[in-house]
Amino acid sequence: MIQKVLVPLVQIGIVLNVMLLVVAYLTLLERKVIAFMQVRLGPRRVGPHGLLQPIADILKLMIKEDITPARADRLVFWLAPCIALAPAVVMFAVIPFSGTPLEFQVFGTTLRVTPWITDVNVGLLYLLAVSSLGVFGLVLGGWASNSKYPLLGGLRSAAQMVSYEVPLGLSLVGVLLFAGTASMVGIVHAQQNAPFWFFVPQILGLVIYFISAVAETNRAPFDLPEAETELVAGFHTEYSGMKFALFFLAEYMNMIVVSGIIATLFFGGWLPITFGLGYLSPRIPEVLANPAGELFGLAGPFWPFVTGLVWFAIKVFVVLFFYLWLRATFPRYRYDQLMRIGWKWLLPLSLANVMVTAVLIEMVR
Amino acid sequence: MDATLLHTQELEINLGPQHPSTHGVLRVVLKLDGERIVSARPVIGYLHRGCEKLGECRSYPQVVVYTDRMDYVAAFAGNLTYIEAVERLCGIEAPPRAQYMRVVLAELQRIASHLLWLGTHALDLGAMSVFLYCFREREMILDLFESYCGARLTLNAVRVGGQLNDFPEGWVEECRKFCEILPAAVQEYETLLSVNRIWVERTKGVGVISAADAIDWGLSGPPLRGSGVDYDVRKAMPYAAYAEMDFDVPLGTHGDTYDRYLIRMEEMRQSRRVILQALDRLPGGDVRAKVPKRLRPPAGGEVYHVTEGPRGEQGVYLVSDGSDTAWRCRFRSPCFVNLQALPELAKGHLVADIVALIGTIDIVLGCVDR
Repeated sequence: MIQKVLVPLVQIGIVLNVMLLVVAYLTLLERKVIAFMQVRLGPRRVGPHGLLQPIADILKLMIKEDITPARADRLVFWLAPCIALAPAVVMFAVIPFSGTPLEFQVFGTTLRVTPWITDVNVGLLYLLAVSSLGVFGLVLGGWASNSKYPLLGGLRSAAQMVSYEVPLGLSLVGVLLFAGTASMVGIVHAQQNAPFWFFVPQILGLVIYFISAVAETNRAPFDLPEAETELVAGFHTEYSGMKFALFFLAEYMNMIVVSGIIATLFFGGWLPITFGLGYLSPRIPEVLANPAGELFGLAGPFWPFVTGLVWFAIKVFVVLFFYLWLRATFPRYRYDQLMRIGWKWLLPLSLANVMVTAVLIEMVR
Repeated sequence: MDATLLHTQELEINLGPQHPSTHGVLRVVLKLDGERIVSARPVIGYLHRGCEKLGECRSYPQVVVYTDRMDYVAAFAGNLTYIEAVERLCGIEAPPRAQYMRVVLAELQRIASHLLWLGTHALDLGAMSVFLYCFREREMILDLFESYCGARLTLNAVRVGGQLNDFPEGWVEECRKFCEILPAAVQEYETLLSVNRIWVERTKGVGVISAADAIDWGLSGPPLRGSGVDYDVRKAMPYAAYAEMDFDVPLGTHGDTYDRYLIRMEEMRQSRRVILQALDRLPGGDVRAKVPKRLRPPAGGEVYHVTEGPRGEQGVYLVSDGSDTAWRCRFRSPCFVNLQALPELAKGHLVADIVALIGTIDIVLGCVDR
């Protein structure tokens, strides 16, 4: 009973709260990183080096007046941000944050706490299925505002996300072929046993996935649905206060999920980064995976659990940094160019990638 | 498929007067068929202050402050045009040192204006960093202006018969220092944009103006030269000390947004060349000729004076009735004339291109509305 109900609830609570905190500080990171690239300082007023800025931002959004336009469809207007946020949150359920489960002795029973909320055997399919639901929030939000700019933004997001859904899914098929499983934990284990992480043979898949994912999460240079210089703020032009915050939250949650997926599928999830030194001595990855246990003799599953978490966080951070780097560097694509890239380049390339990968695997076998 | 069968309706949206990318208070009424622009109609006048009428009610030196506020991004160019017109009307000539100083300041102003243009144009197309890099260099020019005359934007530093004062001590060296860092800075923007696939795709072939159209519409400045028409007032009708300067006039071949972008980049480099030449040959002597306290040009005097502002041909037409105010004062605004091209350019393009087009004709609403 406790193992089946209480433990997952606690897990969900922890993941949700930690992720909210990560999102808050991701916004600060974004502002700081981009400020650094643009010879500025970024936020510095609230707290030392602006470290309390996200708290101030959240407070501001919470106490801000929440305006619903007079001619908006009130129910849909209210529902849209929730629909946008829910898939982003739900996707965290299958992402493995670390490799080693923790075990506790409580009232004589042993409770097993895994560093993932659940490990379903269709994890990857689940992620793809859920991630494509987020677009409804944007489309409905744009439509329910009953205003012209949001309408255009909503239309754009519908077209954009539908076109990028296809290469997004296809680019991951190569990984599936290599791993032989769709379970997220299984894919990491497969990389542990394989001579390389999957970004080596699937570098094309990685590039396609990343490009499609940037488009899917509406980030620069594919941020057309909210292109501020054309559509003011796109689909969320009429949103304010907490409803706007939910859209905002969804966008950043999606960024983190995408980074988590890339880290898990292509870069070995919680496995330590060894730069190929594992070929020299199998001891090196072992030490890196659990330095506290191997070097200082600290026993127990807690230490490898924490180390895995750190490795995973580093990988996620690197991908997130890439996201921000793109935003500071590139101009925005135009609508027709975006469609052309999606259908004419990414889709054929991802199909070719699947074909070549399948043939090669079959030949090696 | 025929649109009438499907009963699709054109969507009419107002771009502006309050919109992130209309650079002021321009309002463009767009008719959209999906994402495609059917017609674009600029609505202007939100910043109309009656500068021309004011120019007929104030004495000649008093009008200079209004020329500051017309094209506030390139205030010096406006000052210079008006003052030179008055000088011609009164038959006054500024001493050679003042003429050279005017060239230096006018070219600095051109670089500052082009930097602001590049920054906002890039920002409109989504390249955020270029905007801040441009402002970094523009800040140095504004500092130079500030140390010369105390003002950063609205200089008001030209006087009838010369300049407000001489360059302060050390100013010329500071200006040279700026000229030294400028090529590297322009190169930095070029690396970010000129070879950037997205930038090239967003600007090449967008808003093509043929040479004949450019002349028919009366365009001037980079939009005209982008179409390959070799016309620069500095070469065609030299004023100040431009006759003695050696510089090239960059010309485009396709007349698209990308060509106009390249031209403005090259103009910054050429302006730097002119500044260095003018500083090298800066003659000594007074900076201000003896001018009567009250200017009374001869009655019936009439003058039309043009200069090459950063945005194109700036003109001032003055008619004197013998008193100390002009009987007729007319400002030819390059922005107003260039803006005419927008409806034609926008037709058939996508809604995202309208911001590129507004950016590429480089308008300042203060200059359009006057």
